[in-house]
Amino acid sequence: MDGMDTTLEDIYTQYPDTVKKNRKKHIVIKSETDEACPQIEANTRTIPGIISQRGCAYAGCKGVVVGPIKDMITITHGPVGCGYYSWGTRRNKARADATTPKDKIYSQLCFTTDMQEPDIVFGGDKKLAKMIDEIVSAFHPRAINICSTCPIGLIGDDIGAVAKAASERHGIQVLAYACEGYKGVSQSAGHHIANNNIMQNVVGTGTERKPGKHVINILGEYNIGGDGWEQERILQDCGYTVNSVLTGDASYVDIKNLHLADINLVQCHRSINYIAEMMETKYGIPWLKVNFIGIEATNQSLRQLAKCFNDPELEARTEEVIARETARIEPSLEQYRKICQGKKAFAFVGGSRSHHYQHLLKDLGMEVVVAGYEFAHRDDYEGRQVIPTIKSDADSKNIPELHLKPDETMYREAHQYLDLTKEQFEALKKEVPISYYEGMYPDMKSGEIMIDDCNHYELEELIKKLKPDLIFTGVRDKYIAEKMGIPAKQMHSYDYAGPYAGYNGAINFAHDVTNALSTPAWKLIVPPWEREEEPESEVQEGAPHA
Amino acid sequence: MLECVPEGKIEHTTGKINPAKTCQPIGAMYASLGIHGCLPHSHGSQGCCAYHRMHLTRHFRDQVLASSSSFTEGASVFGGASNLKTSIKNIFKIYNPDIIAIHTTCLSETIGDDVPNIIKQSEIPEGKVVIHTNTPSYVGSHITGFSNMCKSMVAYLAEAQGETKKEQVNVLPGFVNPGDMREIRRIVTALGIKLVMFPDTSGVLDAPLTSKYQMFPEGGATVAEIRDSGNSEVTLALGAFASNAAADLLQEKCGVTGIPLKLPIGLKATDDFIMALKDWFGVEIPKEIAIERGQVIDTLIDTHFHYQGKTVAVFGDPDHVIAMTEFAITMGMVPKYVLTGTPGKEFEATITKMLGDAGITGSKVKAEGDLFELHEWIREEKVDLMIGTTYGKYIARKEDIPLVRFGFPILDRAVHPLMPVVGYRGCLRLIEQISNALLERRDRDALDEDFELVL
Repeated sequence: MDGMDTTLEDIYTQYPDTVKKNRKKHIVIKSETDEACPQIEANTRTIPGIISQRGCAYAGCKGVVVGPIKDMITITHGPVGCGYYSWGTRRNKARADATTPKDKIYSQLCFTTDMQEPDIVFGGDKKLAKMIDEIVSAFHPRAINICSTCPIGLIGDDIGAVAKAASERHGIQVLAYACEGYKGVSQSAGHHIANNNIMQNVVGTGTERKPGKHVINILGEYNIGGDGWEQERILQDCGYTVNSVLTGDASYVDIKNLHLADINLVQCHRSINYIAEMMETKYGIPWLKVNFIGIEATNQSLRQLAKCFNDPELEARTEEVIARETARIEPSLEQYRKICQGKKAFAFVGGSRSHHYQHLLKDLGMEVVVAGYEFAHRDDYEGRQVIPTIKSDADSKNIPELHLKPDETMYREAHQYLDLTKEQFEALKKEVPISYYEGMYPDMKSGEIMIDDCNHYELEELIKKLKPDLIFTGVRDKYIAEKMGIPAKQMHSYDYAGPYAGYNGAINFAHDVTNALSTPAWKLIVPPWEREEEPESEVQEGAPHA
Repeated sequence: MLECVPEGKIEHTTGKINPAKTCQPIGAMYASLGIHGCLPHSHGSQGCCAYHRMHLTRHFRDQVLASSSSFTEGASVFGGASNLKTSIKNIFKIYNPDIIAIHTTCLSETIGDDVPNIIKQSEIPEGKVVIHTNTPSYVGSHITGFSNMCKSMVAYLAEAQGETKKEQVNVLPGFVNPGDMREIRRIVTALGIKLVMFPDTSGVLDAPLTSKYQMFPEGGATVAEIRDSGNSEVTLALGAFASNAAADLLQEKCGVTGIPLKLPIGLKATDDFIMALKDWFGVEIPKEIAIERGQVIDTLIDTHFHYQGKTVAVFGDPDHVIAMTEFAITMGMVPKYVLTGTPGKEFEATITKMLGDAGITGSKVKAEGDLFELHEWIREEKVDLMIGTTYGKYIARKEDIPLVRFGFPILDRAVHPLMPVVGYRGCLRLIEQISNALLERRDRDALDEDFELVL
């Protein structure tokens, strides 16, 4: 990948000067000579007019974090669109379980106040209050979320007051999220707003710890395509009880008891690190960054987790599960590797996935040469050690920070949660990165590119110049890449397949990726009448060579 | 599935549960994509643009490009003028479209940005065009947004060069798929009539895969064609909700006669479309069209016993539902529940008259309804078939009713955007889908002794 600088300079030339100056800061080439990751600009404003893949605070709050809570009714307060687009489109699978019967699962419904012009003029508080009353009397939900959209903040509806009054009227919790789309610079703002509210008002209000020797939470797992269920299967096999998955297939009832676990696993660092951190401050619960995407990554996460408890039986059981599962899937994986080996990929997804999937792709013999996030912060690229140096700008200051203190009755030292002595815990921290995330950078190779908020133009140019074999991205970029002759996999929705997590997920993923690379149509793009003229050059530039 | 929905009558008067409509900007974005070389631009915070692109992409399974003014809190407080001017500058420099079509969002509408004025203050390169439409999401629906953008195309672009009109027809096709627009073009061309159709998403959202990427594919009505629409003799406005506003403005601004018609979905509506063209231009109907019509009649006779007398719920966008209800009646079916999410009294009046003329009583008709309400009706009394968008699949599963996917959006099936439902060929496709859905159902439910080879 020599001359990557020149390649990038080439791409920048089309930009107006101000755009060029801005975008250069968002792109980093990994260099062997750099020990630490050079600073990358992230979580700053999108340039107006640039075709970005970013969403908004509402999408982050309702769409990602609170929407999947299956036994809460979430009302989108605003005009019809926002509620409509976030209805059923994130694939957060949910099912009945010991704490949530079928008739308390509302995931297939969409509730919106459908604000009309007079409501915008005269205010929508009354309409919202009336809708809550009707919903409570018809559905009897355990709790309600209210998520506001852009115009609500502007007209000044006091959703907090509506929620409080409704809560008193009906004797259930009604939570209000001021997650208007214009807050912050991307969906990331909404994650933070959601985390704050759940932490402040729900976590810690329950008293029932799930039975089990080692009780854990999985945070930042949204159960897209059933990912969370595959992780639970593996973790239960190893001997853990999953207290709650936040928020895929999560229930309000379970979230109330979140503080009663021994450790928090953090999967999507970007969307949920706030709660992990706040729980550490308030209750002392340690957290561990894990990744269950990829076989080696899953194995490593399981081993690190097992080490956290001073329990030889647990470690032995973990090794058994790893050996059994790995042996089970390895033969079929080998078949897929034959096709995937040596292929180059781009990955642009979310604020953690581009990193997670690098591990699974490595398992298949593929390399991610360009990777980036839509809404990450610097620490997701550079590692958490940079957090103290991140300057807060006007857009971030609009998102309130909760300054929690240790809880007077419930706080315990981290080592106590894990049944370790203080010394054992200190020793553990040297082996296992408790409460730390190293970011994406260490997993990139020299000459590879890390790119924040990659836009349409950059994607198009990078494809033309680097000719990847496969692209992992969202639905909006998928068809663009395919029109250029490059197979693309949707990594927000997995092209409606999955799970892709854990061992079974690795097989599903390998199968789907292999199909994407080898579907016969890729070799038929050039019509026969054109092929006759140039019989030997039938594979077009950019078309995959599978 | 939907066990949370309680038994019995539910008080539901406020807001929407399972809306049967969405917001204006997505309609405006779709219409803009029907102009050649156009980049739709969403003036507001970027989530709207992301959602709209995502939803259109899911329906069409093709690239949908659009930009956003990317408001943050500052722009929301101080106004979006600077964001829009920067956007326009960046868009022309980086993407070089022929035209930018701006639509507003509820954010920029609520703060009251004066978009035409901001456009006037912007740097627009020679030969390039910027148009806009107002699409507050708290008024109307996505169909209103589509209609508003079509009207803006006329307002900004259509010009009449003198009194003399060209012997050509404008067709406003309504919010239909690229496959439908392609079919409308084929029919008009087969009649030997010159046509200006806008918007036209054929070639844009059903573009071929050649691996030679074009950010702006070959399809779409060119700015020159839309300008020339002011010189046409007549405009056929297909679908009142989507197309009448633009046709009315074209008549007012350029003196082009506007003829309102239904979407040419189903036999009668297609007949009306063809007759309007024949009557105005005095053309002969070519044999190929006559054969197509005859095939529809032949098929209706061959298959009537599959569907005649069956009760059906039709839901979706008003122009689609009106035409589909008429066709269902033509097929001898009984439209029992007819519902659209888009507001508009004329919807209920039109459907009620249609049902009355056919002697059908006891049906429920509603504009500005939602799917939760449709489900309540169905729970009171079931129907044999549902015809509507993907969102009906939850009701269909819960109540065990076959669903024929029709309209916008269809998110869980492929190929439909390329397959026309308009015209006589569209009739055949609808008959096939409806018949087969009911026959599949019959096979599935049949006892072993009733399971037969020939149906």
